[in-house]
Amino acid sequence: MNPSTDWRSDASLEHLQQRANLLTQVRAFFASRGVLEVDTPLLSASGNTDPNIESFVASCVQGQHQFYLHTSPEFPMKRLLAQGIGAIFQICKVFRCDELGRWHNPEFTMLEWYRPAWTYQQLMDEVDALVSQVLNIDAAKRISVQELFEHYLFLNIHQASVNDLRQCALKHGIGLSSSYVENDEIDVWRDLLFTHVVQPKLKDEAAVFIFDFPESQAALAKINKGFPATAMRFELFVKGIELANGYQELTDAEHLKLRMQAENETRLQRGQLPVIMDKHLIAAQHHGLPECSGVALGFDRLLMLQLGIENIRETMSFSINKA
Amino acid sequence: MASYSTNEFRSGLKIMQDGDPCAIVENEFVKPGKGQAFNRVKIRNLKTGRVVDRTFKSGESVEAADVLDVDMQYLYNDGEFWYFMDQTSFEQLGADAAAIGDSAKWLKEQDICVVTLWNGSPISVTPPNFVVLQITETDPGVRGDTASGGGKPATLETGAVVRVPLFIETGEIIKVDTRSGDYVGRAKEE
Repeated sequence: MNPSTDWRSDASLEHLQQRANLLTQVRAFFASRGVLEVDTPLLSASGNTDPNIESFVASCVQGQHQFYLHTSPEFPMKRLLAQGIGAIFQICKVFRCDELGRWHNPEFTMLEWYRPAWTYQQLMDEVDALVSQVLNIDAAKRISVQELFEHYLFLNIHQASVNDLRQCALKHGIGLSSSYVENDEIDVWRDLLFTHVVQPKLKDEAAVFIFDFPESQAALAKINKGFPATAMRFELFVKGIELANGYQELTDAEHLKLRMQAENETRLQRGQLPVIMDKHLIAAQHHGLPECSGVALGFDRLLMLQLGIENIRETMSFSINKA
Repeated sequence: MASYSTNEFRSGLKIMQDGDPCAIVENEFVKPGKGQAFNRVKIRNLKTGRVVDRTFKSGESVEAADVLDVDMQYLYNDGEFWYFMDQTSFEQLGADAAAIGDSAKWLKEQDICVVTLWNGSPISVTPPNFVVLQITETDPGVRGDTASGGGKPATLETGAVVRVPLFIETGEIIKVDTRSGDYVGRAKEE
C-alpha cells in the first residue's frame, strides 16, 4: 500500500454524512418507542464460545491483564435485563477476527436491542418497521426455514441426512474443495446449500424474514418443543443480504451453561482454543432473565443497502486495511 | 511444499487444484452470521483456460502452484513446437500445441510474449496486446469508401482472420488488438 495516497477514507464524505444521518434516524426511532439507549463495555473478562466466531484478545503493552474484545453486546445487555432495566438498545463497535470481505470488516457496527415480554414474531414486526422506514421498502415477507428449503431444494431440512444434503449439493453443481469430502457436520451442509442455492434467489426480494431454524442452529434462542423441534430464531434478508438475526431468548441458566460447554467441546474437536464462559451471565440468568426477544442488526450493511453500495469499506471512515 | 491459507487468497494467486495449476480470478469471503465461514472462489485452470467455481473452508490450506510468467521472444515453429528465448538468460524452450492454443495465430517472429511456466515447463503463451501484421489476402478494396461500417475479412501473415475496413488492401500492414481480435488501424512496419 502506498502511504502517501492511501491515507484517505474509502468512504466519500457524502457517505459519512449519510452514516451520521442514519445513526440519528435509528436513535429517533427508538426514542419515539421509549427504548432506552445503553452502552456496555467493549472489553470483557469472558468471551463468546460460539465456535464459528473468533474473538480478538486485548492485552496491556506491559503487564498481564487480558480481555476479550466483545463480538456482540448480548451478554452485558442481558445482565441489565435481568436487573429489570426494561426495553434497551445499543449501537456499538464489535470485533470478529478474520472476517474480511465485501460484506465483512473485522471491526463493525452493531445495532442490538431487546424487548422484555415480546415474542420473536412481535420483534420481527418492529425490525420490519425500522427497516422498511429506513430503506423505504415494503413490509417483509415471512417464510419458515422448512418451507424455504422445501420450496427451493425439495428437501426437508429437519429430516434430511448429511448424505441427502451432500447429494443435493452435487445435484446443484456446487464445486467444493476436497476438505468437504469428509465433512459430516450437518449444519455445514445446510449452510452450503442455503448460501449457494437459496440465498441467491432471495436477491430479487426486497425483504424476507426466515424463521424457525433447526434445533442445532439455535445459538441462544429458546427451543419450541414441537415435532420437529425448532429454534425460535429469525434472520432478515434484504435483497439477499443477511441483515439481522434475532431470538426469543433462552432464559434458563442451566441450558445456557450446557450450550456454552457444548460449544467449547466443538471448539476443542475442531482444534480451536476454548473461550472463558461468562459466569456473570449465567449468574444473572439464575437470578432470572425475563422472557424477552432480542435482535442484532448490522448497521454498516443497513447503510450499504440504503446507499446502494457494494463494499462495506465505503460505509466506514477507515476499514481494517487502513485502520 | 509451499501452501496458502484462504486468508491469503486474492486474484492472480496461483494454486493447485485437481492436479492442475490454477489462478484465482475472484475471491469472496462468505459467512452466515451463525455458520462456518468459507471462501467462494472462481479459479481459472491455467492449462485449459476453463473457469470454475470452487468453495473452500475458510482457514484451509491449499497447495501453491509453482507458476511463473516470463517475457520471452518468439523464435520459430518447427511444426511440432513453438520456440521461445529468455531475454536475459538466452535459454531457449519449446511449447507444444496444447500450451500455445489459440495464441498461435498471433505469433510473429521476434515478438515478445508472456510465457507461463509451471514447474519450468510452458503451459500457456500470451501474445502482445497489439501486434503488427501484414495482410496476405483480402478482397479488392473499394476506393473512396471510408464511411461504410461493413468491413470484410482479411487473412494475416500468421493465419489469423480479422475484419478490416473495405479500403484496406492485400499487402498492407495493420495493427490488431489480440485480446479482442479487432483491427485497430494501419501501421508502418517497425
